[in-house]
Amino acid sequence: MSILLDTRSRVLVQGITGFQGEFHTARMIEFGATVVAGVTPGRGGTTAHGIPVFETVREAVDATGATTSVIFVPARFAKDAALEAISAGVNPVTIITEGIPVQDTIQIVAFARARGIHVVGPNCPGVTSPGECKVGIMPNHLFRRGPVGVISRSGTLTYEIVAALTRREIGQSTAVGLGGDPVVGTTFTDALALFEEDPATDAVVLIGEIGGSAEEEAAAFIRDRVGKPVIGYIAGVTAPAGKRMGHAGAVISGSEGTAAGKIESLQAAGVRVATLPGQVPGLVAEVLR
Amino acid sequence: MKLHEFQAKDLFASYGIPVQSGVVVEEAEHIGGLALSYPVVLKAQVLVGGRGKAGGVKLASTRDDALAHARAILGMSIKGERVTRLLVAEAADIQQEYYLAFIVDRAARALTGIASAAGGIDIEEVARTAPENIARLPVDPALGFQPFHARGLGRAIGLSGAQLTDFVRIASALYRLCVAEDAELAEINPLAVTPAGWLAVDAKLILDDNAAFRHPGRPHNEELTALERDARESGLSYVELDGDIAIIGNGAGLVMSTLDIVAHFGGRPANFLDVGGGATQGNMQEAIGIVLRKPGVRTLFVNIFGGITRCDDIARGIVAAPAAVPMVVRLTGTNEDEGRAILEAAGIHAFLDPADAATRVVEITR
Repeated sequence: MSILLDTRSRVLVQGITGFQGEFHTARMIEFGATVVAGVTPGRGGTTAHGIPVFETVREAVDATGATTSVIFVPARFAKDAALEAISAGVNPVTIITEGIPVQDTIQIVAFARARGIHVVGPNCPGVTSPGECKVGIMPNHLFRRGPVGVISRSGTLTYEIVAALTRREIGQSTAVGLGGDPVVGTTFTDALALFEEDPATDAVVLIGEIGGSAEEEAAAFIRDRVGKPVIGYIAGVTAPAGKRMGHAGAVISGSEGTAAGKIESLQAAGVRVATLPGQVPGLVAEVLR
Repeated sequence: MKLHEFQAKDLFASYGIPVQSGVVVEEAEHIGGLALSYPVVLKAQVLVGGRGKAGGVKLASTRDDALAHARAILGMSIKGERVTRLLVAEAADIQQEYYLAFIVDRAARALTGIASAAGGIDIEEVARTAPENIARLPVDPALGFQPFHARGLGRAIGLSGAQLTDFVRIASALYRLCVAEDAELAEINPLAVTPAGWLAVDAKLILDDNAAFRHPGRPHNEELTALERDARESGLSYVELDGDIAIIGNGAGLVMSTLDIVAHFGGRPANFLDVGGGATQGNMQEAIGIVLRKPGVRTLFVNIFGGITRCDDIARGIVAAPAAVPMVVRLTGTNEDEGRAILEAAGIHAFLDPADAATRVVEITR
């Protein structure tokens, strides 16, 4: 098992004919994902990697039985694409696109909540469940099937830690990239709740960074509601206040959002927090023993 | 992107919000020629917070006073930011101070209206010490901010009658501005009651950089240093720090983590540059050029985990860029073997483990 996606997931790619969409569709298929349809307005009736392309999400779902969508369209068209996917009822809707205006994201997330649909992202690397399915851009060769859930706000840092786990022969149930924006559809808390219920997950790695209060909220949730062991790592311990550290969401404002505050909250909730990313597999191995 | 107070007030006024207007001067002597009735307030136009405590805001009761204060403030440095502009305004006769803002609330995942009768002071301090004095209202984007929402906020901070009617008009205008201009924060503190009516005495506005494509007329971003602006124009994310080790990585989280690892082993990063996903040889060459332009850089640390980014592209960029300082490279991921071979041929050893590489760069920087 896994969270969000499984072997029955039928993947729709919005923006399949674009450079990123086409490239990553091929990688998803190589990983074993069942990609059934693409949507690019203006390109309906064509194919990409042998997959039929439709004008609208509705038509794609009706014709192929797609259950989930992954969005690669440019930022200025992403809100429309996401609202279209949510309207068609596919679930989850994973938004890879970077640079979406935050008020567009707020509208997407509010609509998804009203419809009971999970949105993952935006500005995220997607969701990867080894042996089951993958949507997004995480590199295939890093993964190995196993009992560890991974949740992260950062792409490459996820790869770093997943690769380190795999080197230690510790596999993953699902890795979820939440995205680096200030407002995202799926939070640490949402993903923790799913992993807590997933019989294939025995432990969770939470990779956070400076900015906002999502890690503090996760800590409160872990304390009250999570029985499985959680290992943490927080990037940005040495980041100066007020600077945007690459991710739009990674800014320390006032006293809020510091790494020290996040580490303290997580430790108080019983999470073991690694100082260096390379220490994460060792801590995971201890709790899995 | 954060705007200056005078820029924010111009925009607020265009939405019908009553603002304490003033004149922007760049030279103290220009104050002499202004038709002002004293007392006046002089305010340094800087983007950093805490200008009042730093002596950047002064009240002057005469023209001579104003000249003396203006000479002192112009050219002073507030948290490293040099003051080049001064907003001079007639002092308001403030009877009562309120707080009003709309902010993108990450936890509520909504634009949220915030109001308080405890205006004129640091709102974060109020939130810590007396949270019951702050009213908050997350706005459902499908519903918008309706007049009844504004009345609710106004009632929560004790307003009634004509004052409540005026507050509803101002709060509604501020919400309209936030949506139309793609603001992440629009704040009036204090929103003052004066004998002449309501007045936004200070104004703070942060605009969403991601929405720049639909606002072609926006002023340029003054928060960035020249190098930071150059990098942004090349599509690279660059931030200046104050140490001596230049850092290049791919992906914001990995780069932040790299800074922490370097600091953990006793090094001090000079800056960092995120080449992003799918960086090419050209991006890498450009990145090396930018980080080494900062004065005081003694070594370079490149930390790449290839995903979409290919290690061979990165290696070609490293070999092609003339690095004038000693360099340590950590390279792993997609096409790792090809990348390492290219570097070895050029006499550059590539580390696999980030902690080993960081230890090495700190050693050679000493």
